[in-house]
Amino acid sequence: MRRLLRDPVATLGLLLVLFAVVVAAFAPWLAPYPEDAFESHLLQRLQPPSREFLFGTDYLGRDIFSRVILGTRNALAVAVSVVVASMLIGVPMGLVAGWRDNWVSDVLMRITDIFLAVPQLILALALGQLMSPGLTTAMAALSLTYWPFFTRTVYAETRRLRGALFVDALAGLGASPSRILLLHVLPNAAPAILVRATIGMGFTILTAAILGFLGVGAAPPSPDWGLAVAEARQHLPESWWFATFPGLAILLLVLGFNLLGDGLRDVADPRLRRSRR
Amino acid sequence: MSDMLADSPEAAPSLLSVRDLAVHIRTDGGLARILDGVSFDLPPGGTLGIVGESGCGKSTLLRAILGILPKGARVPQGQVLFQGQDILRAPVRGRIGFIPQDPYLSLNPVFRAGDQLLEGMRRHASGSRDEHRRKLVSLFQAVQLPEPENALDKYPHQFSGGQRQRLLIAAALACDPDLVVADEPTTALDVTTQLEILALLRGLTAERGMGLLFVTHDFGVLSAVCEDVAVLYAGRVADWGPTGNVLADPRHPYTRMLLACHPDRATDLVGIPGTVPAATAQPPGCRFHPRCPIARPVCSQAVPEPLRIFDGSRVACPFHADPLPEVALG
Amino acid sequence: MARYVLRRILLALPALLGLVLLTFVLVRVVPADPAAMLAGDAATPAQIAEIRARYGLDQPLWQQAVTHVRQVLTGDLGSSIFSGRPVVEEIGFRLPATLELTFVALLLSVVLGVPLGLLAALDHNGPVDQIVRLLSVGGLAIAGFWLAIMLQLVFSMELDLLPLRGRMDVALGNPPRFSGLFLLDSLLAGRFDMAGNALKHLVLPAVTLCLPGLASIARFTRSGVLETLQKDFVLYARAAGYSPFRLATIYVLRNAVTVTVTQVGLLFGALISGAVAVEAIFDWPGLGTYAVQAILAADYKALLAVTLVVGVVYAVVNVLVDVVQALVDPRVAEQLK
Repeated sequence: MRRLLRDPVATLGLLLVLFAVVVAAFAPWLAPYPEDAFESHLLQRLQPPSREFLFGTDYLGRDIFSRVILGTRNALAVAVSVVVASMLIGVPMGLVAGWRDNWVSDVLMRITDIFLAVPQLILALALGQLMSPGLTTAMAALSLTYWPFFTRTVYAETRRLRGALFVDALAGLGASPSRILLLHVLPNAAPAILVRATIGMGFTILTAAILGFLGVGAAPPSPDWGLAVAEARQHLPESWWFATFPGLAILLLVLGFNLLGDGLRDVADPRLRRSRR
Repeated sequence: MSDMLADSPEAAPSLLSVRDLAVHIRTDGGLARILDGVSFDLPPGGTLGIVGESGCGKSTLLRAILGILPKGARVPQGQVLFQGQDILRAPVRGRIGFIPQDPYLSLNPVFRAGDQLLEGMRRHASGSRDEHRRKLVSLFQAVQLPEPENALDKYPHQFSGGQRQRLLIAAALACDPDLVVADEPTTALDVTTQLEILALLRGLTAERGMGLLFVTHDFGVLSAVCEDVAVLYAGRVADWGPTGNVLADPRHPYTRMLLACHPDRATDLVGIPGTVPAATAQPPGCRFHPRCPIARPVCSQAVPEPLRIFDGSRVACPFHADPLPEVALG
Repeated sequence: MARYVLRRILLALPALLGLVLLTFVLVRVVPADPAAMLAGDAATPAQIAEIRARYGLDQPLWQQAVTHVRQVLTGDLGSSIFSGRPVVEEIGFRLPATLELTFVALLLSVVLGVPLGLLAALDHNGPVDQIVRLLSVGGLAIAGFWLAIMLQLVFSMELDLLPLRGRMDVALGNPPRFSGLFLLDSLLAGRFDMAGNALKHLVLPAVTLCLPGLASIARFTRSGVLETLQKDFVLYARAAGYSPFRLATIYVLRNAVTVTVTQVGLLFGALISGAVAVEAIFDWPGLGTYAVQAILAADYKALLAVTLVVGVVYAVVNVLVDVVQALVDPRVAEQLK
């Protein structure tokens, strides 16, 4: 942790993420017009940024600043659910596939490869559309396409660790494979999983935003950032603020997670650690 | 300390003269004084072995001589004179050949051997590329590399370890250097190959009148190859003198204990209290005093000057004549 | 080498078959009923049943799967439920547009990403390194659709420098179709005005699309170079007196790019996904817009075909990557003998 904080870029990422979490937690109290999640005020539509409306108003006269704040919750909730669900599928598969070189491992990794070859966004779009479009569907679709990354990561780590001396020693002592995997391999693979999860958060927020933008994610009147950018397209170039601020919010949050993940990777990967000599 | 060179055993000008050299490297854990006041000389055509445990500063010494000190290394004092020229300020290339430690890791796997060896010659040897090729092939013959004509076009992985080491020896000789620096060039090889390659190396350098600086921790190799030896402990020279004398009659307490513990190899002093100090936390005075059985209070205060003794050796211990307790000699 | 390529292709086939089945299951197992969607809201149950029978949707799912796989194997991807035209034809028309776009984007990523990564590594932990790091992390963080809109806003709407959408000005028509790549076809036809126009249309979408790739290539090149710089052979080469420039550019980079090359293969999937949104915004008549149309119309035949084509392209790219890798690193080629 201390090593992470000594890295200015990673610290910036951590601050961005913490900031977003705080904003999400207290969104209804932080937003100047929390009721603008649903209510429209047609008389004040498409107003440029002012003291009253920091980021201007959208095509229904809603305060964009408030909606950006309220949207933080959505973005984080989607990302956390998707990453956790992907981990629940991907981590066990990676552990099992990485433990032995046999046909089970081959089959699991083949399946993983096939899922990796599916164009993610198209699959997510298709599922989102064919099932009822909406946030839940989008989340399910994203989890279904993100788990292979965890499998890959855990697979590589497990293979690396199973060659380690202590694993041999444990096996020699008669510890069962599942015990070794859960109690010894998994904790040692945790840094790599953490890095992958952090980057996955950023990735998921981004993909969810694309789904929202293409109209198969969050549905109106949800204060979703991607959806807002889509709605804003009709009002360009006059109302530049409408598209700009929700997009900036996406950028900053994803940037936060990616910077943090990058810093964590530097800490977790001793080979590229800040050089000693 | 520089006065010790005034009465150098060899009247002839040195080929390589390291004078009071210090190398410091800034690390996370503080300033590491890797080398601190190292001095020795190598006459033209002479052979000098550098021995010491790992971490004593051997590699850094080599890198200083080769002009490839790592980033962040500083040389606060001292000189490395090669044929009278300070090569720390103006590195010479081509006139010092280098044989690295690990033949497996020292060639880039994605380039043909010839392309790699010719690049150094292109920059530092006269003549055309064709002449360089012919020269390398003749050197390949000299180092008894099989199929010398085809070797240039092969990739590193197509050679065995011994062959690669021969290749690297040939490369070190390619620019007709006056000095060859070898970093434990045979540790990665099996014993039979080791002896063969050592004999070859010694023969080739002697025949060409090249000086040889040889880093090793194998006393057997040392006595087979080197006329002189310098024993390094924690970045300082403990003993320096003719190999036969130093091995037969070691003076510095460290060298005596080392030879008593490991008559064949310079590795950790097993059974001796304490460990080699970290380069960032060197003790004051003599760096060996915390482990030395005959240390006196003065040892922790003053850095011992190298003393010249009757056979021309130098020893950095004023109490080198004191007997060691039996226990310490294991 | 030829045998190696053949083997890699054969190895890719089962994965593709798996892909065909997987997409089929995923697309057909979901609760939506394509027949009902196709028939429209006002359709009677009888009409729906008729449509179901016509497209074989009344058969058991496994039978539909077998039929589907058999058709795919014979190269018949069926007809679009929506337009009635053969899917192969529709895709054949649109694939070049996407390939042109992704290829230019990939080229930009490599041409800019590799030097950036190299510079960053050579200045390890220095200011250049930090800037490149920020850029590369930022490049992966930016939402393509948003960047596209912002670029349109600035360069098309405000400054009027670059076209807003499409592949070519309507007034110019289309170049004679040869490869379907407008840039190439225009040049082949000697129409430099068209080529210039096509290039202008390519700038914004390609810049948008190249950014994530550029970012990852810069990162991977950086870490590859850093890793290589720690190798003994670099130390040896320095001692042998290589010029620092040659050492950094040729000697180290060649080892470092082996990692990057693999990355390019993996990137291609991301590029295609990215193309969906970017094409939608720039009205680029490629696979991405086709996929979105197919999805919105529940045209599952078209959708299955798009996924398959993308999967095939992905597999081909990865075979190419392996071949390039074998060319760069002789040890890879050695293992195959």
